[in-house]
Amino acid sequence: MASTNPALRLEVKRIYKELLYMGRDYPQGYDYFRNRLHKAFFNQRHLTDEEAIKKGIERAEFVKKEIEALYFLKRYRTLKHRYAPS
Amino acid sequence: MSGLRILVPVKRVIDYAVKPRVNRAQTAIETANVKHSMNPFDELSIEEAVRLRERKVPVEEIVAFTAGPAKAQDILRTAMAMGADRGIHVQIDESNNKDSSPAALEPLGVAKLLKKVVEEQKSNLVILGKQAIDDDAGQTGQMLAGLMGWAQATQASKVEIEGDTVTVTKEVDGGVEKVRAKLPMVITTDLRLNEPRYASLPNIMKAKKKPLEKRSLADFGDVDVAPRLRTVRVTEPPPRKGGVKVEDVDGMIAKLKELGAL
Repeated sequence: MASTNPALRLEVKRIYKELLYMGRDYPQGYDYFRNRLHKAFFNQRHLTDEEAIKKGIERAEFVKKEIEALYFLKRYRTLKHRYAPS
Repeated sequence: MSGLRILVPVKRVIDYAVKPRVNRAQTAIETANVKHSMNPFDELSIEEAVRLRERKVPVEEIVAFTAGPAKAQDILRTAMAMGADRGIHVQIDESNNKDSSPAALEPLGVAKLLKKVVEEQKSNLVILGKQAIDDDAGQTGQMLAGLMGWAQATQASKVEIEGDTVTVTKEVDGGVEKVRAKLPMVITTDLRLNEPRYASLPNIMKAKKKPLEKRSLADFGDVDVAPRLRTVRVTEPPPRKGGVKVEDVDGMIAKLKELGAL
């Protein structure tokens, strides 16, 4: 572990924290989200290749965007349903 | 005109995803230990203000405003994380009427308070959510426009600003309506105006450095925010009745006849 690039390590921690923060609004609850998130990162812990780690960070960024979209859509649909009965 | 000075009032409400519970005395909704967040329609107004700036409309300042308990500050932080420049928090102590805290300020009181804020901040555009999802009054924007004597465009689904002319598209029954007015004016937002961005962790952190002014009602002089309405009773909607299963087509026809649908 110590051999990995410290800048990359920081990146991973940053995206992990950001995702963790987003988990507070997760529909199935924070605990559900945290466990899943932790597992997802933990399963990649063997990665030492910098390129592979960068790919992982990219994937995490993608997931972040997906969750943002999920939150937006969920709220939009709920409100639309409540205020604009069709 | 040197630039837009936008005021965005926001409200802290029970999160839209939480199922509200009526308290025992049937006087209000339980708010203790319930997740709160920014009124979704107010997120739209913050987002619109920020997008105006991103569209290179000359925006001088975006001020987020809220009146409410101490925790309403979190909502201001969210607003600033989304792009507001600074926040003003008027602390309203709701401890004296604990069981009806959402009704502590009524739309008219808020509108009067906002009038003072608008005058003090020299705002020339106020963007509000069309209603708050807790009391669904949908009055504050209109009352503020009335008190200020400003033009207003309610339930905007598109806002275009050129010079000091504002064109707002509104969704109405069976089509769209376009209204045009000169600044200063009041706009209230509809659900389809834009897609509010997520207040991410780094932006929340950055927002902690933005100035947040704490004020009290007394700072605004003689604002009459005394409640004029009395909540008589709050009840939950009647539970949905379960359906019935029918055996076959004949059974269904018989049932429909019985209900008078045939």
